Amino acid sequence: MTLDWLMIIIKENWPMFLRGAGMTLLISLIGTVIGSIIGMLIGVIRTIPVPEEGVKRGLLKLVNAILSIYIEFFRGTPMIVQAMVIYYGSALAFGFDMDRVVAAIFIVSINTGAYMSEIVRGGIVSIDKGQFEAAHAIGMNHFQTMINVVLPQAIRNILPATGNEFVINIKDTSVLNVISVSELFFQTKSIAGNNFRYFESFFVASVLYLIMTFTVTRILRYVERKLDGPDNYDMIMMGNQMQVETPVIKEKNR
Amino acid sequence: MDAVIDIQHLSKAFGSHQVLKDIDFSVKKGEVVCIIGSSGSGKSTLLRCINLLEKPTGGQIIYHNENILDKKHDITAYRTKLGMVFQQFNLFNNHNVLNNCVVGQIKVLKRSREDAEKVAMKYLKVVGMDKYINAKPKQLSGGQKQRVAIARALAMEPDVLLFDEPTSALDPEMVGEVLKVMKELAESGLTMLVVTHEMGFAKEVSDRVVFMDKGVIAEEGTPDQIFNHPKEERTKEFLQRTRNSI
Repeated sequence: MTLDWLMIIIKENWPMFLRGAGMTLLISLIGTVIGSIIGMLIGVIRTIPVPEEGVKRGLLKLVNAILSIYIEFFRGTPMIVQAMVIYYGSALAFGFDMDRVVAAIFIVSINTGAYMSEIVRGGIVSIDKGQFEAAHAIGMNHFQTMINVVLPQAIRNILPATGNEFVINIKDTSVLNVISVSELFFQTKSIAGNNFRYFESFFVASVLYLIMTFTVTRILRYVERKLDGPDNYDMIMMGNQMQVETPVIKEKNR
Repeated sequence: MDAVIDIQHLSKAFGSHQVLKDIDFSVKKGEVVCIIGSSGSGKSTLLRCINLLEKPTGGQIIYHNENILDKKHDITAYRTKLGMVFQQFNLFNNHNVLNNCVVGQIKVLKRSREDAEKVAMKYLKVVGMDKYINAKPKQLSGGQKQRVAIARALAMEPDVLLFDEPTSALDPEMVGEVLKVMKELAESGLTMLVVTHEMGFAKEVSDRVVFMDKGVIAEEGTPDQIFNHPKEERTKEFLQRTRNSI
């Protein structure tokens, strides 16, 4: 009985389910990417060593204070509430109707940005102090050090946490149905509203959510392994023969 | 006097703890100076102050007739003229051996990748690590890492090379390969400032030995003066202790 209904629902509504899943994936993917970029920028800014005096010190303190407020606000309130406040607030304050999808991406981005900035900061702080010192000793400034030395290592370390954020976003975009974005949850609600088969419809949705999160997790695992690089390395050939002996061994034999 | 770096009345305090007190000291071009002394005597701090990894709390560092500690002075430009070799190697973990020696040249000295690689290969050959350019730091032994670190510093073609206990984190059997490279560099006329516990190296290679104790330079002179005819009581005591430990 239930199985029959499942088949019927899938057969009749698969385009809607897929569109919903696509919208969910789109919002969470763009949201996670933009959020990670926001997080990266804020993480780098928040780790700038504070100068001892001058205008720069005051400016940096001010920027840090604003960033702290941003992070505290978006970590400290539910995304469903942020969605309502931002979507209806923008309509009320500026009198313009935001495109729902744009609003959804905006909300997910800045929400993710708040979490990611703390994750990035943690990733930067966890990098050995010697890496910073070596880069500074070579003459790199803070941003050169970050881009060429620290961030590549930090990003590798925070990749699992970033994957977490992505998975959370895939699931949490469902709350955006409150501003009527046509993502998977909203679509499923419409489908169920038509046929009154709530269990079967949402069962299909749950399977789709699982497929999306599972796939994303696997892909990120693969990326992690790629970033780690091969365990082996090639020696540089000398003439036609490969140099097998290392200088260390030679020295010992002498 | 053709002093490359001239330090006057340098002092450094961590909070209320005075680590360096009124240090006067200079390094001439082509000179190899070894700084010896017991742990906590401030020798590493002195080296780190010269490179401004620690900010001195007083005094002057004169480089090319300019006081580096002036606020308007460009620290990063100064730092590129000083190479630094760390106790813990501090190779960039995200780069392979070649890129470790190249990235600074490209980003800081604005050399082309082609030029930078040529220079890097030249110095990797000097330290005998040119076969390993594709290896990542985690795949190398301590001695190999330190030799790459030396090549990385050399590739920036600095005026002075600073060594902060370069062999202290190495297994005993790897100390030799690093010291051998350093000795060759010293003989090639490079200006070097070496903080070390390797008394043999200090005795053999350096032009001048500085003995530090409790944040001051207690005695300085030729290796012969310091090791064979020390004047100060605490120098004698220190040398006695190091001899006993071997």
